[in-house]
Amino acid sequence: MSSDELIWRIAGGSGDGIDSTSQNFAKALMRSGLDVFTHRHYPSRIRGGHTYVEIRAADHEVQSRGDGYNFLLSLGDSFARNPQEEAYYGNEEIKPLSENLDDLREGGIIVYDEGLISDEDIEAIDLEARAEENDWHVFPMDLRGLAREHGREVMRNTAGVGVTAALLDMDLEHIEDLMSDAMGGDVLESNLEILHEAYETTREEYEFEHDLRVPEGSHETEQALLSGSNAIAYGAIDAGCRFISGYPMTPWTDVFTILSQNFPDMGGISEQVEDEIAAAALAVGASHAGVKAMSGSSGGGFALMSEPLGLAEMTETPVVLIEAMRAGPSTGMPTKPEQADLEHVLYTSQGDSQRVVFAPGNIEEAYEQTRLAFDIAWDYQIPAIIVYDQKLSGENTNVDVEFFDRDVSPDLGSTLTEAELREAAHDNSGKFKRFNYEDAENGVASRSIPGQKGGRYLATGNEHSPVGHISEDPDNRVAQMDRRLEKLESIREELDEERESTQTYFGDETAEYGIITWGSSQGAVEEAVSRLNENGHSVKGLSVSDMMPFPEAEVTDFLESVDEALVVEMNATAQFRGLLQKELGRFGEKLTSLLKYNGNPFEPAEIVEGYEVNLADEDREPTAQVRIEPAAGD
Amino acid sequence: MSAFNAIGEDREIDRDEFTPGVEPQPTWCPGCGDFGVLKSLKQALPEVGKTPEEVLTVTGIGCSGKLNSYLDTYGFHTIHGRSLPVARAAKLANTDLEVIAAGGDGDGYGIGGNHFVHTARENHDMTYIVFNNEIFGLTKGQTSPTSPKGHKSKTQPSGSAKTPIRPLSQSLTSGASYIARTAAVNPNQAKEIIAEAIEHDGFAHVDFLTQCPTWNKDARQYVPYIDVQESDDYDFDVTDRQEAAEMMHETEDVLNEGTVLTGRYYVDEDRPSYQEEKAAVGELPEQPLAERYFDEDAEWERSYDLLERHK
Repeated sequence: MSSDELIWRIAGGSGDGIDSTSQNFAKALMRSGLDVFTHRHYPSRIRGGHTYVEIRAADHEVQSRGDGYNFLLSLGDSFARNPQEEAYYGNEEIKPLSENLDDLREGGIIVYDEGLISDEDIEAIDLEARAEENDWHVFPMDLRGLAREHGREVMRNTAGVGVTAALLDMDLEHIEDLMSDAMGGDVLESNLEILHEAYETTREEYEFEHDLRVPEGSHETEQALLSGSNAIAYGAIDAGCRFISGYPMTPWTDVFTILSQNFPDMGGISEQVEDEIAAAALAVGASHAGVKAMSGSSGGGFALMSEPLGLAEMTETPVVLIEAMRAGPSTGMPTKPEQADLEHVLYTSQGDSQRVVFAPGNIEEAYEQTRLAFDIAWDYQIPAIIVYDQKLSGENTNVDVEFFDRDVSPDLGSTLTEAELREAAHDNSGKFKRFNYEDAENGVASRSIPGQKGGRYLATGNEHSPVGHISEDPDNRVAQMDRRLEKLESIREELDEERESTQTYFGDETAEYGIITWGSSQGAVEEAVSRLNENGHSVKGLSVSDMMPFPEAEVTDFLESVDEALVVEMNATAQFRGLLQKELGRFGEKLTSLLKYNGNPFEPAEIVEGYEVNLADEDREPTAQVRIEPAAGD
Repeated sequence: MSAFNAIGEDREIDRDEFTPGVEPQPTWCPGCGDFGVLKSLKQALPEVGKTPEEVLTVTGIGCSGKLNSYLDTYGFHTIHGRSLPVARAAKLANTDLEVIAAGGDGDGYGIGGNHFVHTARENHDMTYIVFNNEIFGLTKGQTSPTSPKGHKSKTQPSGSAKTPIRPLSQSLTSGASYIARTAAVNPNQAKEIIAEAIEHDGFAHVDFLTQCPTWNKDARQYVPYIDVQESDDYDFDVTDRQEAAEMMHETEDVLNEGTVLTGRYYVDEDRPSYQEEKAAVGELPEQPLAERYFDEDAEWERSYDLLERHK
């Protein structure tokens, strides 16, 4: 728990502008030279309900949320329902304050809006006693009053930022710049007035006894603040994707929105359609007609996509689908993260499947692996899926701007031009042998596009002959199945041998204890491993991104090098551990699971504790809301 | 220069070009109405100047889904009920393609009903032929969405308690801009209607009565049929939504009583197609998107140029 970091939490009601305020504050911190990481927690409601965003800022790289936090700006919930009555949800007005106290670190700061939260409510939660006990520094400020005086009530967020800056001894320059970029005229003027007034009033009214100040840092290169959804969308743009079809569903909607807003200016096409069956079928249709296309959804919508996904496999139509997991089953908890759709994504749709699945672990990986998914999909004519979650989707972190200085790759992979088609094999009637298993390389038979001269063929979800005619001939069946399955083995070889590994390694290479994870839990595990090593333990870490084809050799090497391993994932049934054992067929006695499925992502300390519990001789139970699933035989 | 030189080719077209040289043996039964659809397409396509490789025929599942096995064009035999979303995306991706979707009544009005409603609503520039035999044929004779009330089958042993769907009325309400019904037993009319549907700019829906001699023996063979345009008994304006609606309603009512009415029911030449609407709001590129992927000089926007908002 380094003191060189600020973890600022802004809490309020949904609709109170928490998102945009935190986005700007995170940018201001980034511009001041700090590395930032944001974590968003919100309910599935349009207005009201307890929501917060946490910004972790430090002078060193931050890849995860921290353990708890040290600064609370509680705005109160201005959309609270029936605050005076004994409602089912309780007194909501005070929740942005009361529900955040448990995670606030000792010595932390609390700023709350005394214009919205009454003294009686404060007494009711016994704030004074708790503050004394935990050495919290409490600053009640009439943020609403300040905002009303100089502008409008909605500007109380700005007042809160002004108070924050004063208490942290932060320069207002970057905050002012960002405000000037975002607004103008009277609105800007009022906001600037409120910002300064809040800043000055705080300094005048209070004597500071707290130690917390904003850390100082600097960047050598220009930085950009992006979310995982941004990274996936930008990866798609740079892969030459210009067609997206979808249906709204949290949290996948972010990627859909970003691309829908950018595509028209790029000559691309976005289609919002009647359901997810149509969404995926449109992506398949567009790809069939010669464009790089994608679709996506979250768990429930992805379930509807299993039909078109199978069609894409059988007709060898390249397509990229993305699946933004949220807590299930069924509607589950729509705005909460979970990694419980792994098996759903790997195995949905009938028959022996041949798809590629990547699970990026951070923002840069989200960009890289989306590009990789398009490359593989179009080279091998196979569906490729990016599986991520609400956590990666919504978290923002700073990335080197130059990271994105790349060329676009609109290449259609194993697609022929008309000139190439003239040289290609045709049957006696002039039909192109689109599914020719005799000349296939790595299982791939080149494709043509409708409208090309000399390329006509039939694509069908039925088993088919080389020109595409429906065929149930046993020899043809076996030849076509073997050819399609060969593609997956060829992709495994390419990923293993020709490309840089998409797996991420960290920690002490010589360690005999390993922690293994996948997807968006990577950052928290990475931090836990480095903390363990700093504290004298010897631990190595591996975060796996290739879910299918599975990186057998890499994971085998890792597990052979350790005596024991902890498998960390955000689900209740240890799906990744199951995949690992299915793919490798051994190591069951080495693997203990650390599982979390309460709707919140792992904090690094919970993983550190998981390690300690796993190694403890006595019957020790974790204090966090997690579950340990012991190794086979334990 | 186009990457798709089969499109817009100006030459004499022989209807035999649409017959695969190495033809798979049709799996349709002797006397099946599906042959009528195949024949009318083979006649209509050369008539409207289309060559096999500028046409994409997208089908669903069922006997009707085999259409593009026996019609030599670019073909996509998709999955049950999903021909329309695949077809309309192909048209958006390459607006120069001639896209024809086809499927059965179960495929289009049952499992794919949602797609039918929305494709009509959006008025995509394409043709949709529904092989309507009032039965599930390939799965051996179960009651379908167009089977008459009281229809007995293995899955409705006491007779169906459901009134059939009204395909023409539903099409009109949903927004299709060309709606017709024809029958396999009326090849001249069928050819003409299919040609008109292909040439129509917008969603052209043809409900094609295709008798099933194997599984729907009780049903009439759709003879005698009456062409509502030619008969003196009917007089309505196909461009008038209200009159069209009434005529459709009557046509649907009398079919199961043995009166087979066919012809054009609704024609709206003024409604812009979805492609035109989408282009008008700036969300469809002027050049077919598919062309860009083959154009080595095309410029591609990079995400790097979007980063200003993130700094």
